[in-house]
Amino acid sequence: MSDKPIIHCTGVHKWFGDFHALRGIDLDVYEGEVIVIFGPSGSGKSTFIRTINRLEEHQQGEIIVDGIELSHDVRNIELIRMETGMVFQQFNLFPHLSVMQNITLAPIWVRNLPKEEAEEKAIELLELVGIPEQAHKFPGNLSGGQQQRVAIARALAMEPKIMLFDEPTSALDPEMIKEVLDAMIDLAKSGMTMIVVTHEMGFAREVADRMYFFDEGVIVETGTPDEIYKNPQEDRTKLFLSQILQH
Amino acid sequence: MAIKEIEQDLLRPPQPPGPMRWIRENLFSGFINSILTVLLFPAIIYLLYQISKWVLFGANWQAVSQFPMLFAVGQYPRDQIWRVGFIFSGLMFMLGISWGRWGGLLKSIALAAGSFLLLIAVLPVQHPQLDMTMRIYLGSTILLILVGYLIGNNTRLKNAIIIAGWFVIPIIGIVLLAGFEASERIPPVQTTLWGGLLVTFLLAAGGIILSFPLGVALAFGRRSDLPVVSGFSTVFIEVIRGVPLVTILFMFSIILALFLPVESRIDRLVRALMAVTVFSAAYSAENVRGGLQSVPLGQIEAAKALGMGKLHTTVFIVLPQALRAVLPAIVGQFISLFKDTTLVVIIGINDFLGIGRSIINSDPEFVQMRTEVYIFMAVVYWIFSYLMSLASRRIESAMGIESNL
Repeated sequence: MSDKPIIHCTGVHKWFGDFHALRGIDLDVYEGEVIVIFGPSGSGKSTFIRTINRLEEHQQGEIIVDGIELSHDVRNIELIRMETGMVFQQFNLFPHLSVMQNITLAPIWVRNLPKEEAEEKAIELLELVGIPEQAHKFPGNLSGGQQQRVAIARALAMEPKIMLFDEPTSALDPEMIKEVLDAMIDLAKSGMTMIVVTHEMGFAREVADRMYFFDEGVIVETGTPDEIYKNPQEDRTKLFLSQILQH
Repeated sequence: MAIKEIEQDLLRPPQPPGPMRWIRENLFSGFINSILTVLLFPAIIYLLYQISKWVLFGANWQAVSQFPMLFAVGQYPRDQIWRVGFIFSGLMFMLGISWGRWGGLLKSIALAAGSFLLLIAVLPVQHPQLDMTMRIYLGSTILLILVGYLIGNNTRLKNAIIIAGWFVIPIIGIVLLAGFEASERIPPVQTTLWGGLLVTFLLAAGGIILSFPLGVALAFGRRSDLPVVSGFSTVFIEVIRGVPLVTILFMFSIILALFLPVESRIDRLVRALMAVTVFSAAYSAENVRGGLQSVPLGQIEAAKALGMGKLHTTVFIVLPQALRAVLPAIVGQFISLFKDTTLVVIIGINDFLGIGRSIINSDPEFVQMRTEVYIFMAVVYWIFSYLMSLASRRIESAMGIESNL
């Protein structure tokens, strides 16, 4: 772990119209760390990770990713997006392209990788997430869990330094959650810097370095998984944990 | 034992009903249905009998059969007709190659075209326009289709070259049809002499090929962030859509000519083509815009998150999905464009319909045969419209199988 954060956020504010979604978020992520963000819906957790690659624009504060400050400069935004991979709740695979094309499109056209090289890499990544035999199918023919693993491979194909996961298992049937989490755990153990918005507490306990509890656009509490689970300080955290851990 | 038999039965999906059961279930399923069947069946038979009797014995097809060349190419000089033949053969050759490469609907079209040509080539009738030269020409064109098929099927010709051929050959063809100012062998032929199916196809194909990219551009223009671009596109689309095609044809054929100096006058046929192009483009633009709106925001976000710029996102992600969503509407637009080309008659262009009308009006005897002439023309328009609609359905189902969306 280096002493300079790879993601540095100070005083990030975001409004949707009059709604104050993020109210001053300060959060640093160091290389190789796995950060888990959790909290009730509408707490701003998804909005926050979407500001890191500028899918949402923050209106106040500072976000620096890998030494590049997010500003209105389009080139900066595209640079940061090349450094950060993102996995969405709804997979967002391109339905008109095969799995292989989904994975190789951006490396070929954005990173200017030769097609053969991109395809070799895609096969490697599909092996990594455990579905090399699906390369020539279309997303519509895959199960949700397989689609999400393709989405992870697609993001990794750009060789990002940081991976953002926005509730990656929330849209999955229960029996498919594990296969996606396993792929994510492998990735975390390989040393990837990750920010994961999730309520999968088993995942958090196994690989998270730190957890952040978001509520109403602020960070209510932060700590290691042990601290958060065994000894939450704030009442809101306790209440929320008791609700999601009931089952 | 009994249970096992039932299980065996359930292993297979239920069999489709046999013919007797089909009749019972669909034609005699109830009292009213049975009565309707009993009443309608003879009526339909009688109608078919009457129609075929009229087509084969009652009708006089002289006004159609006497002028096949006129219907095909209009007044194009008969001593220069080889140019049309050259293009037609070229296109048939391309059809053969495409059949060999892709098969499917192209195979059906190529076989249908080949059989049609063969039928005419060996037709046992005396006809001044179906002499030995013509029959040999038709026969060699059939051969060209077959040679094309072998080339398409057996060689490693790149797909891009085949597609390019479909564009290059018509362009060469149009240049050849127009002729060259200085040439004696290939003198210029005024477009006033062009006519018949040749002109109908030129206007329809030209209109489709030119209006589609223009329509896509207008659709993006209307969604543009730049107020000048979106304003211009919106006004253009709304003005064109708010005006009948006849008006636009008149505008291009008469008013445009008034504004431009005499020496820079654009050819009459080109003006008609411009008119159908802008007309069709405005409608295509709205179709495409509907498709663009149907692409989920998540798709664009996924592309952005991968670092793809606006251009790449549009070309690879948004446009393919948008076009697929509105393909039926776009093909419908093309079919109506094909039929709308008949309106060029009013600015004095003798397209297929125009030729038919002028034949009818050329002789009081032919006026008696106008029913036959119009029915013939209707059938020809129907055949080509239906082909387009078939092609659209094939493309749709091919895309559906690939992505299963």
